[in-house]
Amino acid sequence: MSSGNLVPKNSPDPAQRFKSEKPFPAQPPKPGLDEEILWHKCPVCKELTFIKHFARNLKVCPHCNTPNRLRWNERLNYLLDPGSFVELNSDLVGADPLQFQTRTESYARKLQDTRRKTGLNDGLVSGYGRVRGQPLAVAVADFTFMGASMGSVFGEKLVRLAEFAIKNRLPLLTISNSGGARMHEGLFSLMQMAKTTAALAKLGQAQLPHIALLVDPCYGGVTASYTMVADVILAEPGALIGFAGPRVIEQTTRQSLPQGFQTAEFLLDHGMLDQVVERKNLPSHLADLLGLLKVKPLTFKQAFDFTPAFQKSFVAPEVGN
Amino acid sequence: MSTTAIDPVVERVGVITSPLPVAPVPVEDTWQKVKLARHPERPHTHDYISRLFSGYIELHGDRRFGDDQALIGGLACFEGRNVVVMGQQKGKDTRDNIKRNFGMPCAEGYRKALRLFRLGEKFGFPIICFIDTPGAYPGLQSEERGVAQAIAENLLVLAALRVPVIATIIGEGGSGGALAIGLADRVLMLENSIYSVASPEASAAILWHDASLASEAATSMKVAAPQILQMGLIDEVIQEPDGGAHTNPSESAGLLKAALLRNLEELEFETGETNGGIDGLLEKRYWKFRSMGAWQQA
Repeated sequence: MSSGNLVPKNSPDPAQRFKSEKPFPAQPPKPGLDEEILWHKCPVCKELTFIKHFARNLKVCPHCNTPNRLRWNERLNYLLDPGSFVELNSDLVGADPLQFQTRTESYARKLQDTRRKTGLNDGLVSGYGRVRGQPLAVAVADFTFMGASMGSVFGEKLVRLAEFAIKNRLPLLTISNSGGARMHEGLFSLMQMAKTTAALAKLGQAQLPHIALLVDPCYGGVTASYTMVADVILAEPGALIGFAGPRVIEQTTRQSLPQGFQTAEFLLDHGMLDQVVERKNLPSHLADLLGLLKVKPLTFKQAFDFTPAFQKSFVAPEVGN
Repeated sequence: MSTTAIDPVVERVGVITSPLPVAPVPVEDTWQKVKLARHPERPHTHDYISRLFSGYIELHGDRRFGDDQALIGGLACFEGRNVVVMGQQKGKDTRDNIKRNFGMPCAEGYRKALRLFRLGEKFGFPIICFIDTPGAYPGLQSEERGVAQAIAENLLVLAALRVPVIATIIGEGGSGGALAIGLADRVLMLENSIYSVASPEASAAILWHDASLASEAATSMKVAAPQILQMGLIDEVIQEPDGGAHTNPSESAGLLKAALLRNLEELEFETGETNGGIDGLLEKRYWKFRSMGAWQQA
């Protein structure tokens, strides 16, 4: 008997269920609402897991330890201290500088549809929060938004966040999973590589740490820019990370690729990453790292401003409306 | 740099960059440009180096792994000043192309460039880059040796390199492989060159899983030099002889030389003691790329 038969026939794709979720801080699903989606089928080992057990296991398959892709709010829920996240620059929306239009699609319409479907304005969510009490600026990419491809808004938000981190002397954590540059914005997308890396050069000059967490999948312009110049590069087990995708490499070079090519472990072996960290260990690991990469402490006033009651006054000058 | 460096920035952050839409061009015209940019007889980096510079001494190797023949460079003299010059090199024929890997550098090529950047910075020589590549090499070895990391590090170093940098796209400017030596104070393009986020074939494969739609992808992405100038992403388009650079390489080299000299003199003037010096140049370089993008506020 194939294990697939255990899933009710009318059950929608488990990935669909995220679409109805509220933005961060996400409420746990109410009992009864998700009754029809009871099982998660692991795409790697094909084993079924009861959906509640799966969520309790931080959406990591308990049979083969494959981490499932996360929406941005789930990611931050698992990582940051509850209620500590404050989003910045959420109002930036992509323009259509090329008026990208082909016979079959237009970028403007695609952008509009994706915004409605995902509830996001772009593939990158930026803000600040705390990990085990330690404040940090954090940017997280959401793969459901056009593969979290890096376009103008992605770049601008990341640069603003880096500038915010410099101004407020915060360490920066970037969580990246992306298909690469956004083709629909043409050369504007390519320039985001230069722009984000230049901003991180400034962050480095201000002696603030940048920790990059690479999660599955991370390719193209995102790998070849700000992520790979981080002070510490972490990755989730099994995450696929590379410059060109395996399909492109096989087609271009006719080389047969080795087992486990471009996985996080492969990159670790080749000296491109610092550590592969399991999802459940990430908060404590990050807290340890931040503890070691000490930034000059905040002044009393800055620390005071960081408490929720004063968040508004803390954010206001930076948003720059 | 102290944190105060960001202060003048915040005022400008509110500025919404929304460049004017770029006029569409028929598919045939764009594809014609792409074909011209890839013309096998088009002058390549070495042709321009030998015509524009005197006393060129090629430097080899990245001091880490090997010598990538797809990216060449070295020391040279340009109109009475010493410079570091480099660029991706395509081959003249099939055999040469195999040696040059069709102008697609691996990680060691970019690390050679990095070494040359640092050499220029150490001795205060301006950096002159010629870009002519379909992209960085997408291969097993390239990935193993971290081509993404090599490109990223080049961007990081170029963003803070304390000498003037001028990049010219002389043929194809494809993807991160082009940008890795293209984060410059002045970015120039020859009239019939193209500059794109990924090669037209790769873009079509990414967008529609069909590389044969390359001409359509190139048209939609607006890859031709005049269009990119209109977007404000480059500084200047350099005229070519009628019919393309390959019809009259010496005239083309002359036009390129004049443009390079003018831009270099301007940059030298800007970095003078009374005009903000090299820190002023770095701030301008940061802002040049910082302001690239198109977005709106919801």
